[in-house]
Amino acid sequence: MSPEKRIKILIAKPGLDGHDRGAKVLARSLMEAGFDVIYTGIRQTPEKIVKTAIQEDVDVVGLSVLSGAHMYHFKEVIRLLKKYGAADKLVIGGGIIPEADKKKLEKIGVAAVFGPGTDIKEIVEFIKNRIKRN
Amino acid sequence: MSVYNKEYERWYKAKVLKNPIPEKGEFYTYSGIKVKTVYVPSDVKGKYFDSIGLPGEYPFTRGIHPTMYRSRLWTIREFSGLGDAFMTNKRLKYLIEHGETGLSIAFDYPTLLGIDSDDPLARGEIGKAGVAISTLEDMRTMLEGINLAEISTSMTINGPAAIIWGFYIVTAELNNISPLHLRGTIQNDILKEYMAQKSFIFPPEPSLKLVIDTFEYGAKYLPQWNPISISGYHIREAGATAVQELAFTLANGLTYVEEAVKRGLDVDDFAPRLSFFFDSSMDFLEEIAKFRAARRIWSKEMKRRFKPKKERSLWLRFHTQTSGASLTAQQPENNIIRTTIEALAAVLGGTQSLHTNSYDEAYGLPTEKAAMIALRTQEIIAYESNVINTVDPLGGSYYLEWLTDKMEEEVYKYFDMIENIGGVLEGIKKGFFQKEIAESAYRLQKEIEEDKRVLVGVNRYLVEEEPEIKILKIPEYVETRQIKRVKDYKKNRDMSKVESSLNRLRLKANEENLMPYIIEAIKSKATLGEIVNALKEVWGEYVEPIIV
Repeated sequence: MSPEKRIKILIAKPGLDGHDRGAKVLARSLMEAGFDVIYTGIRQTPEKIVKTAIQEDVDVVGLSVLSGAHMYHFKEVIRLLKKYGAADKLVIGGGIIPEADKKKLEKIGVAAVFGPGTDIKEIVEFIKNRIKRN
Repeated sequence: MSVYNKEYERWYKAKVLKNPIPEKGEFYTYSGIKVKTVYVPSDVKGKYFDSIGLPGEYPFTRGIHPTMYRSRLWTIREFSGLGDAFMTNKRLKYLIEHGETGLSIAFDYPTLLGIDSDDPLARGEIGKAGVAISTLEDMRTMLEGINLAEISTSMTINGPAAIIWGFYIVTAELNNISPLHLRGTIQNDILKEYMAQKSFIFPPEPSLKLVIDTFEYGAKYLPQWNPISISGYHIREAGATAVQELAFTLANGLTYVEEAVKRGLDVDDFAPRLSFFFDSSMDFLEEIAKFRAARRIWSKEMKRRFKPKKERSLWLRFHTQTSGASLTAQQPENNIIRTTIEALAAVLGGTQSLHTNSYDEAYGLPTEKAAMIALRTQEIIAYESNVINTVDPLGGSYYLEWLTDKMEEEVYKYFDMIENIGGVLEGIKKGFFQKEIAESAYRLQKEIEEDKRVLVGVNRYLVEEEPEIKILKIPEYVETRQIKRVKDYKKNRDMSKVESSLNRLRLKANEENLMPYIIEAIKSKATLGEIVNALKEVWGEYVEPIIV
């Protein structure tokens, strides 16, 4: 990997949820922060998200769910990333996610869950710290 | 120059500019409207009876009813729905027992998209954001023991609204209640789905056809039912400003009326049953101005464009929900105060019904305790604050009247823009609305991050906390139980009847009013997903352009 290659992020909306405000604001903010960002649009299956992540060779997969179906979809994405040998990708999440679920998700391999009211700078810092380029 | 202007200018130079403590800069409403230090009578432009008038009279700025809450309070209508039909039935009865006067049903995502619970696409989503309803039996269970002749029911459903309405109508029929006595609302506002909430199924044109089918059917058979709730709420929650919310919602409303008139319906047969749904967020006076401007613009445009004979056809009746997006996950109890301010704005704006959010909604579906506080908020405003004593108590405030005019002016700017791009459907296809909304959402986020907008507990007055909030969790067994119920339902029926009713539906999809065929399919025990799939075969599915 060349040093000048920018960090590439996939922002995805798994499941049937149509609340895309957060995902879109985040996608745009991350672009402005200098990342390469792909936004999938709504109603993506975990299978499709993982395939896109691999095809596009992204470093980070950001999942956004506000419908309460996060446990199922996040788990599926993690499982499929492992299945296809792409477990090295950093998975982060956001949405309406209760504290107890956050902890469970972090246990199964979601690097961090960012709830409502998160400062986007915090997400930018988190990604930069976790994915060192040199 | 009027004496007011003269005096204002004198005062401004003598007092404001020389004030020992200077103003902290410029002040704006959340829609970006610049606000002066103080307002005087000359700021209110129109003639009193042309633009303000009396409540219950054109242009209805002060309210659609002459006596408003002095005769009847707004309907307290708390949105709820969780898990499966059994769980929701229990919650609805709890709310009725505690003083709720109208039902309001939230459906889960599979139901919103016309997907049966036993479909693999429904996995993980069943009962999570509302109740799962796939069959007539689900609807009957959810409404068991509730007298549908007495209570009014609002159902937040759009893409498959006609089918869910069909379930309700057949349930009532089986309970021996005539459709003539059914009162309620289906949201059925598909246009805003493409703009904001995104629970569309079919492409815009056939979707619009189905909406007009419900107008026509309702006008004939369910005269007390609102076949649509033209909604700004979701547009606003997706990031729009109050001005955009108002402009896009009214533009959508006028599009439906145009379509229905094109179909040959008499405007007076359906316009009195059109209802609206707005957001109430934190800019207290801007929200009140929005509600007042909404009534005025609607009645003016209805009169100008469609020339109805009935006065009721000019009424903009609306439901309000306090803003979910204004609530914070940080120090969640603060949300009770936010909701109170927003609810008060809705009441001072003359709402017909109201939902107050629960303080725990940044975490999940409301617990019973949180739902109770939300309900009590409305009751305290209604019975303790005395704001109901007189109609439109803030009418005549120079600022409020000026702001109401200003909202109207800004809305007409958007109307021009929408007309220039070829109308609402064209705007949707070109992504105009989606871009406008995304832009506002982004701008707001920036303002918060740059500390230009204060959110208490988020970017100001932060505390270290581990929120000890109780969360309502939908137990895992609900999904299994619901899937089994739907599978069992599908096993116990005459498939040839189902097939032939679905075939007729396919044949008539573009030809006739579909409501009777939908009801026939429901009676033959076809499920929600089967009916939607039959229509998808004819109409296809909508895929939205991706706009960031």
